[in-house]
Amino acid sequence: MRQWIAFWNILLKDLRAYYLKPPNISWGLLFPLLWTAMFFIRSGRGLESVHSLLPGLVTISVMFGATSLLAVSVTFEKKSRSFERLLLAPVPLELLMLAKTAGAILFGIANGFLPLLLAMFVADLSDVMWLTLVPAIVAIAVVSTFQGLFIAVAVSEAFEAQTFSNFFRFPMIFLCGLFLPVASLPIFLRPVSYLLPLTYGVDILHGAINGRNTMPFSLDFPVIGLYGVVLFYFSLKGINRKWIT
Amino acid sequence: MESGQTEGKTAEEQPVFIEAVGLIKRFAEVTAVDGVSFAVQRGELFGFLGPNGAGKTTTINILTGLARPDAGEVRVGGLDCSGNPKAAQHLVGVVPDESNLYPELSGFDNLCFCGALYGMRKDERRARARELLETFGLQEAGKRKFAGYSRGMKRRLTIAAGIIHNPAVLFLDEPTTGIDVASARHIRQLIANLHRAGTTIFLTTHYIEEAERLCERVAFIVRGKIVGVDTVANLLQPVRAEHVMEVSGVGLDPAFSGILASAFPLFAFQSLAEGTIRIVSPEPISIGPLVRFLEDRGIELREARLVHLSLEDVFVRVTGIESHAMTKEKERMAREA
Repeated sequence: MRQWIAFWNILLKDLRAYYLKPPNISWGLLFPLLWTAMFFIRSGRGLESVHSLLPGLVTISVMFGATSLLAVSVTFEKKSRSFERLLLAPVPLELLMLAKTAGAILFGIANGFLPLLLAMFVADLSDVMWLTLVPAIVAIAVVSTFQGLFIAVAVSEAFEAQTFSNFFRFPMIFLCGLFLPVASLPIFLRPVSYLLPLTYGVDILHGAINGRNTMPFSLDFPVIGLYGVVLFYFSLKGINRKWIT
Repeated sequence: MESGQTEGKTAEEQPVFIEAVGLIKRFAEVTAVDGVSFAVQRGELFGFLGPNGAGKTTTINILTGLARPDAGEVRVGGLDCSGNPKAAQHLVGVVPDESNLYPELSGFDNLCFCGALYGMRKDERRARARELLETFGLQEAGKRKFAGYSRGMKRRLTIAAGIIHNPAVLFLDEPTTGIDVASARHIRQLIANLHRAGTTIFLTTHYIEEAERLCERVAFIVRGKIVGVDTVANLLQPVRAEHVMEVSGVGLDPAFSGILASAFPLFAFQSLAEGTIRIVSPEPISIGPLVRFLEDRGIELREARLVHLSLEDVFVRVTGIESHAMTKEKERMAREA
């Protein structure tokens, strides 16, 4: 019980200190809105394109929402040594880092629902498989957050965290089947695509929104889950090795 | 009983509260802590003195679970922390050498958050936060953001955060470095009060006078090794038995130390700054013959004064390090930080 008090308060503190700050709320709204507008205009196919654009928009919104702040906030707290406060608390490191990442996961999920909310006003989403879509959004938020954590542990400066994040995020957008199906990628890039966790998340979203998944959900969900576990495990190992020296 | 606790005693019953045996910690080529061993009794105020880079903070990090030793054993409250740095963290409060609370939170919220990290319930931590703000003279500032606090206020709130959960042992790393005299006095008073209330305190400082005033026992650490550990009274005993006088005069150059030593074989002479010689004697020093001797040789004496040796002098003798140089260096670093 005592440890859950710590968990809840770390989450609340991060939400107040980082995620619910006016600039972040507006940025969190603006970003998915801009992505939506940009791709909608670019597609040139009017309202018919909503279904085909949604998986990509949701994924980008979740990924940027979940990764952007966490990597920077953890690096910043590490630099200012306030992170030591958490390391000194009598709370297992696993629970501590789950608390620290929970805010980013929630922020990513909230970001992911914005394009869906907008789409509801302009398109018929009655055929969307919500019971598949919602867990997929959560899974993408979790894996993106843990990727952000992994990056935060790997770097020592906030600006490095941003650079390093983009080094992963942008290639991933183009290689994970968001806007170009994996099958249409050059053959030498396809193995890379299947190494990316987002490929499996995007596949679920394509399936849940358009019924056009290329792999079974029974493969997608375990693979993205496994990526989450592996990224979290190696992040904890990194923290143990680098921060509890 | 919690795992690793000795002889079936709870943390509160352990007579030796902190025990370090043969601690070694290396960073690449540098051995920061080199075979450090000591024990701190329950309720004791123990000082850990040494220059920058001596291994004080690394030792604290090992004892509090922020670092793992490469070798050696650590027990806090009877719990073996050597393999599990988190084993005793519920017993421990830490005040780091830099105030590391959250700048965006108010003083009150910072304290409440720190209480929550130790599992304190909302009502409990809010009441304790209010009590501490009052004790530390920060009631007025409690609602203000920590970022706007003065350095002295930040130190006081950081100490308050360290004791929000009423820890059995408090680690204080350089608590008065870089703050104004009034704040430093206030903090020393607070430390003394905590000690009187029964908290075991592990204090690192480079202000040796502070350690002499507050601590019951001290350890001197230099280049990762403990070079002396005893009660303050025992450490002072040899120097207190000595009679020391400092004589200043025009023309009293360092060469006179040798001349005086051959004329007064019972005394030891040491040249200090230009024109000043320190005389050390096991017996009371009779000034008359000395004055006549120096005046006969054309020395115009300006001042002769008795000196009471302190823990600082013991430190200099044991470590060979001038403490004022150590203090200046630390204060320069605090200013830069």
